[in-house]
Amino acid sequence: MSSTFTATTSTAGQRYNECFASLADKQQGAFIPFVTIGDPNKEQSIKVIKTLIDNGADALELGIPFSDPSADGVTIQMAAKRALDADINTDVCIDILKEIRAYNSSIPIGLLLYANLVFARGLDKFYGDMKAAGVDSVLIADVPMRESEKFEQAALKHDVAPIFIAPPNASTDTLKKVAAHGQGYTYVLSRAGVTGTEVKANMPGAELINTLRQYDAPAPVLGFGISSPKQVSEAMENGAEGAISGSAVVKIIEINLDDEDAMLNDLAKFVREMKAAS
Amino acid sequence: MTQTTQHTLDPYFGEFGGMYVSELLVPALEQLEAAFIDSQSDEAFQAEFNKLLNSFAGRPTPLTLCRNIVDNPLAKIYLKREDLLHGGAHKTNQVLGQALLAKKMGKTEIIAETGAGQHGVATAIACALLGLKCRVYMGKVDCERQQPNVFRMELMGAEVIPVTAGSGTLKDAVNEALRDWSANYDKAHYLLGTAAGPHPFPTIVREYQKMIGIEAKAQILAEQGSLPDYVVACVGGGSNAIGMFHDFINDTEVKLIGVEAGGKGIDTAQHGATLVAGSKGMLHGAYTYIMQDKYGQIEESYSVSAGLDYPGVGPQHSLLKEIGRATYVAINDDEALDAFQTLSRTEGIIPALESSHALAHALKIAESATIETVILVNLSGRGDKDLTHVHSILSGENYRENK
Repeated sequence: MSSTFTATTSTAGQRYNECFASLADKQQGAFIPFVTIGDPNKEQSIKVIKTLIDNGADALELGIPFSDPSADGVTIQMAAKRALDADINTDVCIDILKEIRAYNSSIPIGLLLYANLVFARGLDKFYGDMKAAGVDSVLIADVPMRESEKFEQAALKHDVAPIFIAPPNASTDTLKKVAAHGQGYTYVLSRAGVTGTEVKANMPGAELINTLRQYDAPAPVLGFGISSPKQVSEAMENGAEGAISGSAVVKIIEINLDDEDAMLNDLAKFVREMKAAS
Repeated sequence: MTQTTQHTLDPYFGEFGGMYVSELLVPALEQLEAAFIDSQSDEAFQAEFNKLLNSFAGRPTPLTLCRNIVDNPLAKIYLKREDLLHGGAHKTNQVLGQALLAKKMGKTEIIAETGAGQHGVATAIACALLGLKCRVYMGKVDCERQQPNVFRMELMGAEVIPVTAGSGTLKDAVNEALRDWSANYDKAHYLLGTAAGPHPFPTIVREYQKMIGIEAKAQILAEQGSLPDYVVACVGGGSNAIGMFHDFINDTEVKLIGVEAGGKGIDTAQHGATLVAGSKGMLHGAYTYIMQDKYGQIEESYSVSAGLDYPGVGPQHSLLKEIGRATYVAINDDEALDAFQTLSRTEGIIPALESSHALAHALKIAESATIETVILVNLSGRGDKDLTHVHSILSGENYRENK
């Protein structure tokens, strides 16, 4: 597999590399908020994402809404439903992504989505379109390492970084492959289960992070169940180079659906507090 | 038994199948695959499985030649009587196998999803028998359609968890079961109810259902002296059909026909005919035929029969369609309801609404036969669970007018 492409010819993940290097100089880690694109609708979603950027997000993790998000908890599922109900589809997501990329040319933008959205568009077209929209990385929640080859090839063809998940129960063999094939960053799962703040992240993930470092994996970023500044600082202390918070961010959208000012203000405050801990 | 050196199974059926799940679930599925391979050559395991099938579940099930339902003297319909299996449907076969596998792996809890409730009931039976803690996810809509099965499960000690997310039907129950398993795979086995989902489930479930076809072939050869011309089975996820088809796949003179839920018609948005009217994509861990929009969002299926109300299908059926070895057709709600009543009236057998779809198509073949034609139908389940539902439909004012 590795003979068909080499890391040296690929600039995939370039914005991540620059981001992590510049944070390292400042002795900081990355705070990466997640939202579903188009939640709760196109116009407000653009405002939401710009608010995340304006208040210190180091990178963005964005979801394309899917009808059957079986690796997500109820909070993200409801976000996807709101977006789908607002007629958000992959084409609209691309429009939103282009607008965000035009707003900020340097922030790394990662997509987190489900495989059928990629199959439906066709692998080559999907990655080509996403690259053109300014996307830096793609993580497919339901494509594990053993099914990843054709997705990885399509990603690298279009200079998009393939992101892989390192779960706490993975075999050594899987972790070695995650290290060898991932670019940009490594999504380190803090615990089993699905996304959501109902079950808190397990700390430390230090052992897993050390193993990944040993195999020279891309920057380890911790996710799943992270909702407080304290967890962000713990993640950094345990060797993570960043922390992703999804359901906690989406929850702020959910509870402020009727009050856009409060939604954006609360998001701004949350991002600033989480960033300060990174 | 010969010593096997095989450590993994082929996860694909042509381009279909695979293990499209979160990385988190891969170790659990690989553990299951290894335990299954090991169990295939484990004589004690096989002996226990066979003993349970015979002395507990009631195998072999009979083959019944219909006496009255076929008017055409050229045609014969044989019914493989899975409706007589303990639990009321074929589901019990593979559930016993998977429950034994769960115990072999040292798991103490079982997670299951159910549509019509038949798989949930079968799972509750096996868990009561083998001392496993059982929780069953069931769409809220299905809970209402299949109230007696909810009570059956609870009687046997299972916890039934209604699922309100999405459409409140089988696909949403599968999502919830997958979520539960993602958090609890160390102590819980996900006992998937059909020959679909991620590898190794399509293979395991087929292997634990293939006795249907093996028995039926021997029975029809003994009675008829020749293979049937047609083998017909209903297809939701496809476990009873693959169990019936498997032993006939190499008998190329036998036509294999899978009957999907036409709902209110495949030209409407309300059907469950994935292979007839769907397209290729990924759902619940496998690349297969699914019902989706052009962006890949999963569409909600519809059928009068909860067990066929599923927008995906087992990957081996996708391959059988692709290579032309099996043909897939759709039978609408009203045709299935007619067959349900006709079999009850003419043969004294009340079929499950799912199986009524297969029967309805078999009756079409029988009526149009111009040469001697032998049709083998998998009567996959009995209709007791559907009585309230069908009664309310038949007594509804608009039923006849809607036809």
